[in-house]
Amino acid sequence: MSDPATSREVRSGGWTGAVRRYAVRTLPPEKLLPDTQPAYMASWIYVFGVLTVSALVVVVATGCLLALEGPGWWHVSSVGKYVNSLHLWSVELFMFFMVIHLWGKFFMAAWRGRRAMTWMTGAVCFLASVGAAFTGYLTQQNFDSQWISGQAKDGLNAVGIGAWFNVLDFGQMLMWHIVLLPLALGGLTGLHVLLVRRRGIVPPIDATVPTPGAVEGRL
Amino acid sequence: MAMAAASAERVLAAPVDLNHTGHYVHWGVVQISVANLVVVGLMVLVFVAAVLLPFPKGRGRR
Repeated sequence: MSDPATSREVRSGGWTGAVRRYAVRTLPPEKLLPDTQPAYMASWIYVFGVLTVSALVVVVATGCLLALEGPGWWHVSSVGKYVNSLHLWSVELFMFFMVIHLWGKFFMAAWRGRRAMTWMTGAVCFLASVGAAFTGYLTQQNFDSQWISGQAKDGLNAVGIGAWFNVLDFGQMLMWHIVLLPLALGGLTGLHVLLVRRRGIVPPIDATVPTPGAVEGRL
Repeated sequence: MAMAAASAERVLAAPVDLNHTGHYVHWGVVQISVANLVVVGLMVLVFVAAVLLPFPKGRGRR
């Protein structure tokens, strides 16, 4: 039996205390920042998640530089063109790594072991990335973006969302590309990574999952 | 000098001529550009390599 007074003290702290207790209970430090991993993680297929996140960091960083300097810089100056190209090629790598990560997790049935939410946030991240890449192509301000938006408007009008999501409206597409979709993608990616930390990496099918405390060494 | 510049230009030029329309593969209802097909092929190749190639051994793992 716990002492009611102690119990009341532990539960004090208002909503911030409640959030802290929930966060520590859900993601204790050893889970949030683990220093060991199961042996089955020693496979190249487990590398593609972090490669995807790394590419996303470069995408966001170069995107911030482009936002700071503006189109007069990225279309004309050589440094601007270089950063613009970095933005494009880091996106190419991001999608490349993400698709291999997706295939790896699909064939591993990565939704096993109460990891359904991890799988779903990853899938929605993929969809948000497609939208972010698409609106990025629309905001290049060249003939390519003009062609893509001209073609896309017919498809989007056909499914009935063209009036609300107007690909010919440059301002709207730019806001989707640099505000809404990065916020959604950044938030979902953070949640996805936290869920991976909470449930642990998915073991290969038929692998033996190590029991907590069975640590023999550090990774 | 001019010859050197021309050969340098050839080396630095894109391996595929980007100033013309792309090449497409048609297979029934499937239509895909050769460039995209190459990327998909590379992804399959890297995926198979990631599954099959041994990972460098680290110090004790559980």
